[in-house]
Amino acid sequence: MRQSHILPGFRPALGFTLFYLGLVVLIPLSTLVFKSLFLSWDEYLDIILNKRVLASFRVSFATSLIAAAIASFFGFIIAWTFVRYPFPGKRVLDALIDLPFALPTAVAGIVLATIYQPGGFLGKFIAESFGVKIAYNPAGIVIALIFIALPFVVRTVQPVLQEFDTTMEEAASTLGATRLQVFLKVIFPNVFPALLTGFALAFARGIGEYGSVIFIAGNLPYVSEIVPLMIITKLEQYEYAGATAIALTLLVISFLLLLVINLLQYWVRKRSGQL
Amino acid sequence: MKTKTVLKTGLLAAALLLSGTAFANRTLLNVSYDPTRELYQDFNQEFVKYWREKTGETVDINQSHGGAGKQARAVIDGLEADVLTLAITYDIDNIARRTKLLPKDWQSRLPNKNIPYTSTIVFLVRKGNPKNIKNWDDLVKDGVSVVTPNPKTSGGARYNYLAAWAFAEKKYGSKDAAKDFVKKLYKNVPVLDSGARGATTTFLQREIGDVLLTWENEAYLAIKELGEGKVDIVAPPSSILAETPVTIVDEIVDKHKTRDLAEAYLQFLYSPTGQKLAAKHFYRPSEPKYADPADVARFPKLDLFKVNDVFGSWDEVQEVHFDDNGIFDQIYEQ
Repeated sequence: MRQSHILPGFRPALGFTLFYLGLVVLIPLSTLVFKSLFLSWDEYLDIILNKRVLASFRVSFATSLIAAAIASFFGFIIAWTFVRYPFPGKRVLDALIDLPFALPTAVAGIVLATIYQPGGFLGKFIAESFGVKIAYNPAGIVIALIFIALPFVVRTVQPVLQEFDTTMEEAASTLGATRLQVFLKVIFPNVFPALLTGFALAFARGIGEYGSVIFIAGNLPYVSEIVPLMIITKLEQYEYAGATAIALTLLVISFLLLLVINLLQYWVRKRSGQL
Repeated sequence: MKTKTVLKTGLLAAALLLSGTAFANRTLLNVSYDPTRELYQDFNQEFVKYWREKTGETVDINQSHGGAGKQARAVIDGLEADVLTLAITYDIDNIARRTKLLPKDWQSRLPNKNIPYTSTIVFLVRKGNPKNIKNWDDLVKDGVSVVTPNPKTSGGARYNYLAAWAFAEKKYGSKDAAKDFVKKLYKNVPVLDSGARGATTTFLQREIGDVLLTWENEAYLAIKELGEGKVDIVAPPSSILAETPVTIVDEIVDKHKTRDLAEAYLQFLYSPTGQKLAAKHFYRPSEPKYADPADVARFPKLDLFKVNDVFGSWDEVQEVHFDDNGIFDQIYEQ
């Protein structure tokens, strides 16, 4: 007995999905694997374990993680504000959140570098009050990545908060829970999977981000070189195989991290009884 | 039916566009690097006029600009350039080596080894030169901040590095000393931009650094366009001769049937008009006698050495200095 689906058209739909995924995502990515196959295992390890490349991996993953974490925290607060409180100009602000999506990343990078440079409007202020240099430091990379990451978090958390059934809150309150308890035990577990998704998106985007970072990073070897820059550097030397080897490694690591985050999500949902 | 009319109009427009190309003028694509933008804007106008007078044919010239290495890669990957006007012979050599687009002896086909104009590397300093930077060894002093792009990603930056190296090797008499010298120099570099234009922006707009190492034409252009009264040009006593080569791309001109046009275009660079324009845009003309004397007089007299005389060849330079684990990578190792 073949199991029949409630909705008709499962097979054509799935076929179509796989066909498009193949055309747009999988085939281009598979060329990465094929190009890397020109390298022997030792050559590959030489490229990846080069001190400077390793340093760039450290810089990229550390800054992306920090930026995704900061963006998740503030993104949650922003989404919360939009959903829970009416205030004047809300619509305009809501539209502004999406700007980093629409803005060419190079423009974002140049603007951020101008503001945060030592002589710039914010850079000067921060340097004088805290003695911290933002631009041309890893801190500058984090700032650029937060800028890029924020809309991902806000847009994934917002709908979940909107759908959230307030009667649950009321029920908890009538049973004697404090505001904090309601938030921690009722609201947060429901929103947490969405927040994780936002975090994962922000993180993955940060790893591959080039345009906005390159202008503010300073690009000093071992200090503030990001992985995408190492890929470009390899291409400049006509080392196609080396460039694809780094790109493939980046892709595999990112994929594994996203997988871990997805598993975490599954586990959270199971625990809080959403599955 | 509304949709039908829309569809019809769309199809008609598409058909017109497609057929339009069939009767269009012959076009030439000149793939060049960043700082030549302004030069070729002027030059293309002059050439179109000259060609029309000579043959009666109207042609279109398209330009593509970007970092020199990136442009060379685009041609290797299939960008159909009729002519190349790049920053470093090494990039064109690479195209010849990796594709069948042009012969390996491409440098034997035009006067002066296919080099119609040259440039060099000079210093751009803050107004009044507060740090008193006059020569290459002033760049390694404590407290001097130097802006130069990354030689692994920028053609101009390679010339900067090689000029500093050649100065040190000559002055201190050994390769080890030269290596120490460039190591000290790059210790003074707070930002490594990926291209020459980016470095200019960092120096002028972000006001980072005491001195910018840059193409001579880029320095003059910067003063003309943004830095009037903010920066000065300092020409060191010795520097490097930047030989910026041009060539037709044989396979492509034969495919496009534009060989006669492409050859005339490059020849025109050597003509009095071309030489005049090069000097006007701060490139050093290979035939100064054709250029405006006032333009030629702007160029300071420096000791210029050729890459091949000091370093052998660009292939050697690339392998020894700029490839992975080369000297440039070594000086950053901790």
